[in-house]
Amino acid sequence: MDIIISNTSEKPIYEQITEQIKDSIMRGEINEGDILPSIRTLARELKISVITTKRAYEELEKEGFIHVIPGKGTYVAAQNRQLLKETRLRLVEEKLMEVVTAAKSIDLSLVELQEMLKFFYNEEVY
Amino acid sequence: MAPVLEIKNLRKEYKDFALDGISFSLEKGYIMGFIGPNGAGKSTTIKLILNLIKKDSGEIKIFGLDNLAYETEVKNRIGFVLDEAFYYEMLTVKEMKNIIAPHYKNWDEGLFSLYIKRFELPLDKKIKDLSKGMKMKFSLAIALSHHAELLLMDEPTSGLDPVIRSELLDILSELMESEDLSIFFSTHITSDLDKIADYIVFIDNGKIVLDKAKDDILENYGIVKGPKGLIDKNDPMFIGYRENSFGFEALVEDKNRLKMFAPDKIIIEKPTLEDIMVFYTRRNGNA
Repeated sequence: MDIIISNTSEKPIYEQITEQIKDSIMRGEINEGDILPSIRTLARELKISVITTKRAYEELEKEGFIHVIPGKGTYVAAQNRQLLKETRLRLVEEKLMEVVTAAKSIDLSLVELQEMLKFFYNEEVY
Repeated sequence: MAPVLEIKNLRKEYKDFALDGISFSLEKGYIMGFIGPNGAGKSTTIKLILNLIKKDSGEIKIFGLDNLAYETEVKNRIGFVLDEAFYYEMLTVKEMKNIIAPHYKNWDEGLFSLYIKRFELPLDKKIKDLSKGMKMKFSLAIALSHHAELLLMDEPTSGLDPVIRSELLDILSELMESEDLSIFFSTHITSDLDKIADYIVFIDNGKIVLDKAKDDILENYGIVKGPKGLIDKNDPMFIGYRENSFGFEALVEDKNRLKMFAPDKIIIEKPTLEDIMVFYTRRNGNA
């Protein structure tokens, strides 16, 4: 799992951590039941305040991505990848619907649209 | 649980300077950065904590114990790194250590050797021949070799180059992996050690100006810039207001409150702790 912190970003550091941990969960780099570094280890590695890592873990726990077993450790929670995937899937559906509406408004055919989609899909998108 | 360090209404008056009844406290397991310009009262406060000078009034508790009534016990449990080291310049590192070590009940010779090795300190070199960075590392080795629960540092990075400052940062973040250590350090260079600080206490002219979690400060404060005449410069919400020929700049405590102003006319930037120090000091008339 990679966590890269920018000290100059407008985004608060705790948020940078939560986002990157969520991404790791979704990409399957860390899985249900995996143990995460303690807040103090994370703070030590990233050279940031313990309060920041604590807040990041609190947010992740509130959103159900991890769970803390007091005295034992912090673990990746169950089924989150599925949940996260579904959320993103809904997002994809919504965007596609917008695309379809826009395409229809200029009488673009399904074949043409598919061609376009194929082109973008095969292009690396950053 | 009692705070590791608790200061209440601490007062010390000099002819030309007064520490004006300051209060703050540090919980166990955290790092507090004590920042402020030169002459703000940082060293005075640390000397009072260590009872190197006498307070006029107020209360200093360390591990919940009065720092005077329990001085010996308290001092056995703290390590300190001071700006002006209290060492005999003519002695070698080893000789100096042999003088200091017996004063600590929990002195750990093995731990000291470890730090000497890690910091690459020459045991047979005279203190006076050590570089500034080495002197600081020697102080730190001494401070860490008796299992201190509170590390007090007065300007530990002042006069040191960025490489050694970053080394110190590494060591401190390593130490903080244990929940049992707390660190209190003063500095006027706010750019390096403050990365790992959990809390910031900002002192200016003998008064506490700010006492908050560092994340709260960096997330909520903003530097606002814009054209002159857009805001009321006498509004107390604007700290350290200053104009030049082309516009104004000021610090605000809560940048979200600025949303009511024309957002296309102003710029809001994330301040550094150094910015915050500068803007606050301006308000106090030191512009």
